[in-house]
Amino acid sequence: MELSAISSNLLYASFFIYLIATFIFGATVKMTNEKTNKKLGNAGIGLTIVGFITQIGYFITRWIAAGHAPVSNLFEFMTFFGMMLVFGFIVLFLIYRITLLGLFALPVALLVIAYASMFPTEISPLVPSLKSHWLYIHVTTAALGQAILAISFAAGLIYLIRQVNQEKATKRTRWLEFVLFALMSALGYIVVASGFGAADYKTVFEAPVNEQMTEITYEMPAIAGPNDGELVTEGAFGPLFETPGWMQGVNAPVKFNTIIWSLMAGLVIYGLLRLILRKRIAKSIQPLLKSASPRLVDEVSYRSVAIGFPVFTLGAIIFASIWAQEAWDRFWGWDPKEVWALITWLFYAAFLHLRLTRGWEGERSAWLAVIGFAIIMFNLLAVNLIISGLHSYA
Amino acid sequence: MSKITCECGHVNPEGTVLCEACGKPFEANQHLNNNKPEQLLNMRYDGSARRSQTYQRTFIDKTWNFFSSVKIGVSIIIVIVIASALGTIFPQEMYLPPGSDPSTHYKDQYGILGQIYYQLGFHNLYSSWWYLLLLAMLGISIVIASIDRFVPLYKTLRKQKPKRHPNFMKKQRIFGETDSGNIDYKKLKANLKSKRYNLYEEDGNILAEKNRFSRWGPYVNHIGLIIVLLGAMLRFVPAMYMDEFLWVREGETKQIVGTDGIYYMKNKDFILETYDMEDEGNSQFRESLQKQSAPVPENYQTNAVIYKRTDLPVVPGKEPELKKVKEAEARVNHPIPLENGISLYQASYQLNEFSSMTFKLHDKGDEESNYGEFTVDLIEPKDEYELENGTTVKLERYFPEFELEDGEPKQVSKFPRNPAFIFEVDAPGEEPEVSFAGIGVNIDASGNNDYKLGLTNFETRDVTGLTVKKDYTLPIIAVGAAIFMIGVIQGMYWNHRRIWIQPKGAGVWVAGHTNKNWFALKKDIDRTLEGTGIDFPVDQQEEKDAEERRKDDGIISD
Repeated sequence: MELSAISSNLLYASFFIYLIATFIFGATVKMTNEKTNKKLGNAGIGLTIVGFITQIGYFITRWIAAGHAPVSNLFEFMTFFGMMLVFGFIVLFLIYRITLLGLFALPVALLVIAYASMFPTEISPLVPSLKSHWLYIHVTTAALGQAILAISFAAGLIYLIRQVNQEKATKRTRWLEFVLFALMSALGYIVVASGFGAADYKTVFEAPVNEQMTEITYEMPAIAGPNDGELVTEGAFGPLFETPGWMQGVNAPVKFNTIIWSLMAGLVIYGLLRLILRKRIAKSIQPLLKSASPRLVDEVSYRSVAIGFPVFTLGAIIFASIWAQEAWDRFWGWDPKEVWALITWLFYAAFLHLRLTRGWEGERSAWLAVIGFAIIMFNLLAVNLIISGLHSYA
Repeated sequence: MSKITCECGHVNPEGTVLCEACGKPFEANQHLNNNKPEQLLNMRYDGSARRSQTYQRTFIDKTWNFFSSVKIGVSIIIVIVIASALGTIFPQEMYLPPGSDPSTHYKDQYGILGQIYYQLGFHNLYSSWWYLLLLAMLGISIVIASIDRFVPLYKTLRKQKPKRHPNFMKKQRIFGETDSGNIDYKKLKANLKSKRYNLYEEDGNILAEKNRFSRWGPYVNHIGLIIVLLGAMLRFVPAMYMDEFLWVREGETKQIVGTDGIYYMKNKDFILETYDMEDEGNSQFRESLQKQSAPVPENYQTNAVIYKRTDLPVVPGKEPELKKVKEAEARVNHPIPLENGISLYQASYQLNEFSSMTFKLHDKGDEESNYGEFTVDLIEPKDEYELENGTTVKLERYFPEFELEDGEPKQVSKFPRNPAFIFEVDAPGEEPEVSFAGIGVNIDASGNNDYKLGLTNFETRDVTGLTVKKDYTLPIIAVGAAIFMIGVIQGMYWNHRRIWIQPKGAGVWVAGHTNKNWFALKKDIDRTLEGTGIDFPVDQQEEKDAEERRKDDGIISD
């Protein structure tokens, strides 16, 4: 078998191992027997470590096959980010031994890895600006920092579901539902994209882009067609309306259409769950989290920021600057990716100051962890896909 | 100044919340740390007397208090975050395609929102006066807030005594009482030492402390940040920073701008390589390359020769005497370093610019006839070309890059990308004829010409674009960044832990405090108390939490 094929099989394998580990961590929720619980926890973390090693196998084989560190496009980066999320989880689990953390951190990692595979997965060559040792020094440290920070989101989410009063609907319960809905939209996107991908769905439009008629290919049915676009594929569905004209670029209508599909799929999943559970999702999960000590979960959330912040600074700010100086002749150039790295950094700096000197612990801190994760995701996806800049490698 | 003398005898500065020596809470100052009688002590900055909390009268006091507030500092951060995010909605002016006019570009590309964006000045947001002002305010806040906290905290931690006031002990988050008198102090001390605690004793009272240095982490990292900000400010000093651009054609030798005329470089060759799908070495990329509509670049490289002028000082107008310094390659990620911290970066290129064009004079109706050829050097064209048969061709006008507008040639740029010429052909004894010749165009001005000028050959060459950069602020910024990292690791990866042990009657009191990571402190305490006969203290905060949750949460837990 070819090395690149071995590599992708290892990635699949690790994905399923993480999935099984998640179920094992899930099983601990209902256990009241402390001894069984501990055993399950050990099995869960053991399996997670096996999955992690398998994924390292993917990483190494792909590195060998490609001849460069596999962190050069969105697929590779997000996969690596997912791997670092698992690593961050393993570290924090070994410190605090909270099995519930696995039930929340691993699904986030799974989502990230599945999401990654929606982008082109072939091994791609490096453009000149990426040909540097700093590719793996900067990108891996930045990803590790972001991943550890993301663990604080997982812990923060446990805290919020555990602690937000669910007796009646409030602003907080609504926001919490919104966070869960956002996660389901990510899942929804994966489901829809793989579905239409498997069916090899294609609709072609012709539309003016920069005053030139250009072919635009949709891989999902076009709800939002290109602005002034003309359907080329015969008998294809849509479009129901046009993408607004201020969204610029060849890919803008496709991206806009994808976002609509993700949100719709998210709504369907969310709606179905609501129908089955007949109450707010968070309210349904809440009783399962009884065993968690809120103060400990809060501490895990904070600790991940405390550990992740220096790593993030080093990777995403300092190493990034050194490389930028070498490749682009300036260490800082206000490129959107750079600006959003600065925003992330400033945000977590504010998080730490509020916590250390103004006593923002518990719920406030948990909400901040959620916002921080949203910023990281925005920088990862939106800045690459929507805002164009020097970092748009995928 | 009204000093506070504690019952333990220690004299504290005005504004002290907890006695520096024994930790006794001073009734009159508890409001400064928001301490309530029924609550645990707020231990921030160990209850030391901070200037900002103590003096609030004069203008200076008020300014000091404003900037020393973390609330203000965080607010400034949040404003910077929002402003920075706004700057990424549309591209900044420096990232617009070359040659575009910002006053129309934003409106044309992004409509009314773009227009507003431009008019608010957001197209140059990060160098706007108000953004720089925000950064400056953040810098001031960092300095003042750090001094306001560091100095009193440092003094207090130096003056602390092992013997603590009972009210201090009882109101620590970790606190426990043991009544039994059967306590193994020797083992306790040994345990604490094995956990690397420093022990201080006073009348049988023990203070076990470790990692005090981690309390200085925030101040160290703030010093680093200030150095970075100062370094960034220094770039406005012209001697510290230079950013120039240099276009050099293949074969050409040019003075390197910004080196006071001392350095020259020759562009021997510019190379652009793209990934070749057929190459065995690229087989792993085949699938990806097949999907690309355009070739994927593999390398941009300038093979350069660097020269230094030897006839110094530079006399203007004098032909320079050059001595070769080195041959070097400028590639992306691999700049060429010159002396004095100046580097050449591969930044841009122009492929296949015309360098010369060869024309042949022939009869209008007969391509085979030949009255002679001449070659025009496009960088230094001559005014006249003599042909073998005595005919002269005068170059009336030269357009390096032209476009036809309403039948009239118009100059687009001064770079020979699409050259065209107006020639006058003077054959001996004949009327002069005017013709317009370029690539794919050959226009007979009068319509009655006998001769025609046909393009027979041309040569091209590439042009490389290099940035010439000097940045003396880099070492300063690097030092600042290093100090920041040291500070942030020192503060985040270690934590300051203290355990107080006090014999009380027949038994003993234990209290513990850490600035963060209570989980680890509790583990430390549990392990050190094991087998000493002392009961494990409790986390009073955790108990309170549990009680509150039982009261109003709806879920019964723990």
